Amino acid sequence: MAKQTVLKVSGGRTEETIKGFLKSLLEKGVVEAILIPKRLPSGDGFAQTLIHDPEKMDGACILSLTMPVQSAKVASNLSIKNLNKKVAAVLKACEIRAIVELAKFLQVKLENLIVVGVDCPGTFEVTDYAKMVQEGKESGKLEAEMLKEMEKRGPMAPQGYAFRPACQMCEYPVPKADIHIKLFGYKTEEEVGLEIGDKLEKELEEKGLLSASGNEPSSRKEVVDRVVAEKVKKRDAAFQEFSGGVKDLQSFLDRFSTCIRCHNCMVACPICYCKECVFRTAIFEHEGDQFLRWADRKGGIRMPTDTLIFHLIRMTHMVTSCIGCGLCDSACPSRLPVATLFRSVGDKIQKMFNYVPGRDVNEVPPVATFKEDELKIESGAI
Amino acid sequence: MADFEPRIVAFLCHWCTYTGADLAGTTRQQYPPNIRVIHLMCSGAVDSIYVLKALIDGADGVLLGGCHPGDCHYQTGNYKARRRVAILKGILNQMGFTEDRIWLKWISASEGKLFADTVTKMTNDLKKMGPNPMKQLWNA
Repeated sequence: MAKQTVLKVSGGRTEETIKGFLKSLLEKGVVEAILIPKRLPSGDGFAQTLIHDPEKMDGACILSLTMPVQSAKVASNLSIKNLNKKVAAVLKACEIRAIVELAKFLQVKLENLIVVGVDCPGTFEVTDYAKMVQEGKESGKLEAEMLKEMEKRGPMAPQGYAFRPACQMCEYPVPKADIHIKLFGYKTEEEVGLEIGDKLEKELEEKGLLSASGNEPSSRKEVVDRVVAEKVKKRDAAFQEFSGGVKDLQSFLDRFSTCIRCHNCMVACPICYCKECVFRTAIFEHEGDQFLRWADRKGGIRMPTDTLIFHLIRMTHMVTSCIGCGLCDSACPSRLPVATLFRSVGDKIQKMFNYVPGRDVNEVPPVATFKEDELKIESGAI
Repeated sequence: MADFEPRIVAFLCHWCTYTGADLAGTTRQQYPPNIRVIHLMCSGAVDSIYVLKALIDGADGVLLGGCHPGDCHYQTGNYKARRRVAILKGILNQMGFTEDRIWLKWISASEGKLFADTVTKMTNDLKKMGPNPMKQLWNA
């Protein structure tokens, strides 16, 4: 049973208090290092940083409002080979869900990774955030406002800006983690919630790190439910809009006609982990006369070729595990709504197998298992 | 459209459906010559990429033939194939591409007649459906 407690905030310095707690994990030797987003020296962005020296926690951020990389990939690099000491990783809910999926594919080793999850207000595009800071939102001010807003409702984007589309329709703002820092529903200038999983409870108690005690405020559930309900509404509307716009293959292709097949969505995707990607093998290095045969048959072909097959095959590889982080959206130079496409398609496929990616590390991905009695899809009754 | 002859690419497993196709031949079953057979060891060896490549490069339909559930020579290959086909069909359906062009059929080594009937029915169905739109798209 996980332990519920609180962190008492002194002097209204919420971020400092949470950071102080994380710092004590380093000082008391619970972990060897902490992976945490740190504000860039320019102040207008964040970068994941692996911190060993507790004194270097200055500038680290509990709420980082951009997502320049999917840190599940960082955690994969970090943990997969010879990570022999414990490392805490401060991650967003979708990054944790991606880690769960990658662990199933043996791309993350969880044994020495302590996942620290923070209730997520949502994130902005990197360029939007930089602009906000330049426009006079001093770095840190925006985060402080959001922290306050999380007591009563989901935070709002500043006038003229919007959260990343994937965040707007993310129904999992509350992470599941070894250390869960709860913000929704808490009066964050006084206290924040803390939930410690079984993995750490005993050790943290022995080391005296869980001094305060306190229960969840009764309003928390209500606030979370309201935030989730709003996002689910947005999500369903986005799905509806997507499927309503696809009448046939041509209408689908028209919609995505500005795709330049740069493979950015694939590179950004945490689920696309193959070391040797099929799209970068000889299978897609066609010979000159093959191109000419295609051009001959169709009268003319779009170059570069293989855009449709790229998206279709990538979908067969990742939709069952798509956790909806939307980094594909952010990475798309043509600003195509790829995240909505993948999530919308993924939603139906995941439901087919009653599978929720990122829900539980002990679940088996649909493509790796089967049931004997399922899917009556045999064709052509005679 | 009257003279439209669909082209079917068939991926048949060695132990059941390919042998079933053999039986259709040796027992002189008649079926349309619209099928191009690719011989694989197991339906579980069919990657979605084979199916899509066939459809994009000019096939009007793809037939996947495997052993009946429970009869797979490799125990579970056909169950895995079934999940893959379900996922692929689910995706294509949402792209506005009619999934009816992909057929999954369990045909055992003793079912030569069923093989012939399947090819006949699939050919007739595809004739009604008309040519696969994917093969003419300049950007597919």
